[in-house]
Amino acid sequence: MSAPTGITRVTLLKDLRLEWRSKDAINSMLFFSLLVVVVFSFSFDPSAEESRQIAGGLIWVAFLFAAVVALNQTWAREIRNQVLDAYRVSPAPANSLFIAKTLGNFIFVTVLEALMTPLFIVFYRLRALGPVWQLLLVASLGTWALVVNGTFFAAMSLRTRSREIMLPLLLFPISIPAILAMVQSTTAILNGEGAHFWIVLLATYDVVFTTMCLLLFETVLNAE
Amino acid sequence: MKKAFPILGVLTAILLSYALYMALIGAPTEQTMGDVQRIFYYHVPSAWTAFILFFVNFGASVVYLIKRKPAADIVALVSAEVGVVFCTVVLITGPIWARPVWGIWWTWDMRLTSTLVLWLIYVSYLFLRRFSSGGQTPTLAAALAVLGALCVPFVYFSIWFFRTQHPQPVMGGGGSIDPRMLHALLINWLAFSCFAFLVCWSRYRLEKLQRDVDQAHALESLLDPHRSVP
Amino acid sequence: MTETAPVIVITVSNLIKQFGRFAALRGVTAEFSSGKLYAILGDNGAGKTTLLRTLAGLNQPSSGEVVVLGASKFHDICQQVGYMAHPSLLYDEMSGMENLQYFARLYGITSGTRCAEVIRSVGLDPDLVRPVGYYSQGMWQRMSLARALLNDPKILLLDEPFSNVDLHSATEMVRLLARTRDRGTTIFIVTHQASLLDGAADEFVWMEYGKIIGRTRELKRPESTGGNSK
Repeated sequence: MSAPTGITRVTLLKDLRLEWRSKDAINSMLFFSLLVVVVFSFSFDPSAEESRQIAGGLIWVAFLFAAVVALNQTWAREIRNQVLDAYRVSPAPANSLFIAKTLGNFIFVTVLEALMTPLFIVFYRLRALGPVWQLLLVASLGTWALVVNGTFFAAMSLRTRSREIMLPLLLFPISIPAILAMVQSTTAILNGEGAHFWIVLLATYDVVFTTMCLLLFETVLNAE
Repeated sequence: MKKAFPILGVLTAILLSYALYMALIGAPTEQTMGDVQRIFYYHVPSAWTAFILFFVNFGASVVYLIKRKPAADIVALVSAEVGVVFCTVVLITGPIWARPVWGIWWTWDMRLTSTLVLWLIYVSYLFLRRFSSGGQTPTLAAALAVLGALCVPFVYFSIWFFRTQHPQPVMGGGGSIDPRMLHALLINWLAFSCFAFLVCWSRYRLEKLQRDVDQAHALESLLDPHRSVP
Repeated sequence: MTETAPVIVITVSNLIKQFGRFAALRGVTAEFSSGKLYAILGDNGAGKTTLLRTLAGLNQPSSGEVVVLGASKFHDICQQVGYMAHPSLLYDEMSGMENLQYFARLYGITSGTRCAEVIRSVGLDPDLVRPVGYYSQGMWQRMSLARALLNDPKILLLDEPFSNVDLHSATEMVRLLARTRDRGTTIFIVTHQASLLDGAADEFVWMEYGKIIGRTRELKRPESTGGNSK
């Protein structure tokens, strides 16, 4: 195993261990998205047919908000005691940190999705008409799109005043195509329609933005 | 160089008034929509100007990331600011036209929606510039500008697939257009571009001056720490 | 102490660091030689911490140059520099040993005994399982020093290592640092408690308003010149 991947691995394990001990991110995320689900179910009174039309949007909006909570938490941990400086003075490459953080956030948000989806199904009486494996594919591509940009912009907002507010302001506009693709493909699959175009679009979006974030991360991390 | 600015100013004023004449009187009245169609002489040129300015912003940001020249950063800043203003004009004139013609103020069609998303992206860019502290604002802003510009094709593709209700674009859309209308449109576009350039230029000079003043203050605090400006 | 020809390890020339309109460093020029213990003294806001962070490559200088161990890019020599900040730079939720094992991996240190060895050298118990968040301030400061010593650096940069440490522990730390210096490490200590270093430090570097106003062998503040250096 080469050195950068080794550093990514230990950093990821360290993040998972810290999260396991404090459970800050996952608890606040879970509770937050539970709140969103409940509040939404008061705003609509969906029957099974209607809910299939709007569920794609509801699910992803809930996950999007929850992801913002998680993204802020994981970087807040690096800011406490300025531990990030210890990483920056070390010879470890910046992108190892970026990949580790992105993977960590991907795991947190995936865990959240796995726990929340049954709840959605029960609350909104959902039953997919299309293939379920496509839903899983859309979920992982969509989650990756959210966390890769989210990790990048969270690191960027560390350098700003009122950073917790800055993150959604930066993340949401750029994520609109990805969000649109996630919502549309989820709705299409739930209704048994084709979602081919959206999945390809989402995959392309993931590739382009992952590459660009890797190219720009070091610049942003050391901007002081 | 000192004289070029007022000359351009006069030229822009003449162009703008001629363009106004062409738009309101010179061009023929559209048969089905009537006079309300004339807003399109402002709507379309503003959109083109805004897109050009956003493209300038992208170019200047890339240059800044590579060369780290402050001038490139100022160009990026002013093109984004003026671009957002023109984009706002597009978003306001659109509904004014849509209400009598389509019967609705707003519809989530392709062009409207993608312009709105574009506007959101560049407003968030201006927010970042406003909120970031210290001397590293240009770097962060340039990184965001590059990602924002890369997002544009995705916005277009996704919304194109999402829905389309907008009238076919005037250029290359295949439909026939009265040559006098086309003339009025192009004149307006030229006038708007000149105007945008003029505004960008004066904004550039203002920003440059502001930074020089800040630099002077910093220098003062360098020489005399007891009078440093917080 | 032997007075052989000193090897210059750090050269700072006309270093300026501005934060917006405020200049934290106003033209620092100095040379520091190998194997010495330097105490950097001065009032709050004199630029001590900024100087240290710039030496550690955490700040990009606004102008001027810093050459550490012959390299102007910090990343090339970061293996040979240890940095201890005012905050702990440790994860509160993990034990000292876990923290050090993580940072050892960042430096590519694979030796299993190195972490325990460093922890013992600062007078702590490597088997302590308590998370760092529950340490007393004196304990985490020593653990923080252990983190800085981990890669056996040639240059050690310490920001306020003795604040809130009891006198006995502080004297212990000074003794440890003097021993490290005797092994050839160059040490910079930013501190308010200069008297602790009386006798241990080779040179006292006095800073005021972002400049070095004098360097003395004994702990005696030079006349404040209000601006000029040396």
